[in-house]
Amino acid sequence: MNIKQNIKTLIVEKPLKLDCGQTINNFPLAYETYGSLNNEKDNAILVFHALTGDQFVTGINPVTKKDGWWSYAVGSGKSIDTDKYFVICANVIGGCMGSFGPSHENPKTKKIYGTDFPVITINDMVNAQINLLDFFGIKKLFSVVGGSMGGMQVLQFISNYPDKAKTAIPIACTSSHSAQNIAFNELGRQAIAADHNWSDGDYNSKNIVPDKGLAVARMAAHITYLSKKGLQEKFGRKLQERDDLKFGFDADFQIESYLRYQGSVFVDRFDANSYLYITRAMDYFDLVKQFNGNLSDAFKNTKAKFFIISFTSDWLYPTQENKDIVIALNAVGANVGFVEIESDKGHDSFLLNVPDFLKALKNFLDKSYGEKNS
Amino acid sequence: MKPEYKIISDLIEKDAKVLDVGCNDGTLMEFLKTNKNANIRGIEISKEKVQICIAKGLTVIEGNAEFDLKQFPNDSFEYVVLGQTLQAFINPETVIKELLRVGNKAIVTIPNFGHWKVRLNLLFKGTMPITNSLPHDWYNTPNIHMCTIKDFVRFSEIIDFKIFKSLALINENVSDINNSNLIFKNLFGELGIFLIEK
Repeated sequence: MNIKQNIKTLIVEKPLKLDCGQTINNFPLAYETYGSLNNEKDNAILVFHALTGDQFVTGINPVTKKDGWWSYAVGSGKSIDTDKYFVICANVIGGCMGSFGPSHENPKTKKIYGTDFPVITINDMVNAQINLLDFFGIKKLFSVVGGSMGGMQVLQFISNYPDKAKTAIPIACTSSHSAQNIAFNELGRQAIAADHNWSDGDYNSKNIVPDKGLAVARMAAHITYLSKKGLQEKFGRKLQERDDLKFGFDADFQIESYLRYQGSVFVDRFDANSYLYITRAMDYFDLVKQFNGNLSDAFKNTKAKFFIISFTSDWLYPTQENKDIVIALNAVGANVGFVEIESDKGHDSFLLNVPDFLKALKNFLDKSYGEKNS
Repeated sequence: MKPEYKIISDLIEKDAKVLDVGCNDGTLMEFLKTNKNANIRGIEISKEKVQICIAKGLTVIEGNAEFDLKQFPNDSFEYVVLGQTLQAFINPETVIKELLRVGNKAIVTIPNFGHWKVRLNLLFKGTMPITNSLPHDWYNTPNIHMCTIKDFVRFSEIIDFKIFKSLALINENVSDINNSNLIFKNLFGELGIFLIEK
C-alpha cells in the first residue's frame, strides 16, 4: 500500500514507558487535523478513534477513498464544527494507519514486528498522543471526545492529564471491559489465529494475509455493534438475490451477504496483528482497578466538564456502564451531564446519523465553548 | 416562568451549589444561574427536556429522582430543589430523606390539595378535582400522592425533618404560613413552598 504520502506523522522522540515495561522512543504517531487552530489556541478538540478507526475522521479517507468514520459528526457546520474548532485525531499506537504498530519494522532485527511488538494499553495510547499538544503548542484542549474505545481513551486521558482538557465527552463506553466484551474480542482473535495464513503473526514475511480469519473476526464483532431490533428491521429473513432457499451454504439470506461483505472490505484496510493488539488493549482496560476499586479517584483532580452519552440499544457498552462513570464523577462533585439517546442502531449509533445524538453533542460543545468567552 | 421561581430564588444564597430535582426545561436553573450565580445541576427524567437543558448549556443528568439521587454523596449540595413533583413519587418519604441527605437544605413546593377550589370540586361535583394546577383526570394523573399544606406540615413531624420557612402562594402573592394561620392558608394557598432541613 502506497499510503505514506497522505499521512502526516509526528516522530515522538521522547521515551515512552509502556505498561508492559518496555520503553519506546523515536516512534511515529500518524495524525490528521481539520479546521484551524485559533490565535488563542483554545479551540482544539482531540478526537480518539475506536477499535477499527483511524486518524481520518471526516471527509474522504485518502487511503480507503471512503468517507471518514465520523463524517456524520465532524465537519463544517456539523456537531464538531470544523469551521469553529481545530480537530486533531491520531492513529493509536498498535494501529495500522501509520502509527507505530506491529506492521512496522523492528530496527533491531530488520524484520516486521508481528507479535514481537510490545503489548500496548489504552494508557499507552493516550500517553503517546499527549505529545500532539506540545507539537501544536496547545496548553489546554477545548475538548477530548471519543466513542467506544475512543471513550475509554477520553477517561484515561482525563485521569492522566486532569488539567489538559476543558471538557470531556466519553460516548458509549465503559470504565472497565466486561467479561462479555473480552469474550467477543477473544472470539475475534481466535478467528485470526485459526487462519493458517496468520503463521503465528509472521504473515508479512511470507507475503500472505490471514484475510479469512480477520474477516470472520470483523463479522462477529459487527454483530455486536448492531441491535437485534435494528438487524431484524433492516434484514429480517430477506433473501439475497434469490426467490427461494437454495439448500446449500451460500449466502441465502441478506444478513449473511451483508456480513460477508463487511468482512471482505475490512481486510483490505486493516492489519490482522493490529486487530489482536488493539482488542488486547481494550480488554486490559480497567480504570476501576487502576484506582484500586474506586473509579472516582480517577477523576478527583479534574475540573473538566463531562458529558456522558449512551444509547438505548447498545448492549456492548450498555447505559448502566456509562452511568457508572456518571456516578463516579458525581461522587467527587465533578461537573457532569448525562443523556441516554433513544436509538435502535445499537453500539454503532455514535457513528451513524442519529439526530438526537448529533444535536446533543453540538449543543454541549457550542454552549461550553461560549462559556469561556462570556 | 412560574411565579414560585422568584420565591425559590429568594430562599437561596448567592453562589450556592444547587441541585434542581426534576428540573424540566431548565427555566428555574437558568433563573438561579443568572440571579444567584448558582453552581447549578439538574436531574430530569424526560429525554426531550434533557435535550432542551443541554441546548441551554445547563448541566443535567438524565435520571429518575426516585432511584438516581443515591448516586450523590451526602451533603453534595447546599440546596436541593424539588418543584411540584413530590406528589408524583412512589415513595415520597424516601425522596424527602434523600433530598436532605444529598443537600444541607431542601426547598420543596407542593400543589395544595386543600385549596378551596379542589374541595368544592369534590364536594359538589363528586368527581376527582381538576384545576389549573391539577389538570389531569384521576386515571392519567402522574400525581399519585397528593397532599395538602397541612399534610406536609404534619409529614415533617411524622418523618422528623425541620421546616425552616413555609410560604403560601395565593394569587401570585406570597405569605408566611404559621400555626395560627395554617387553616386559612391551607384553604386559600395554591402552592406551599417549604424550606426544610434535617
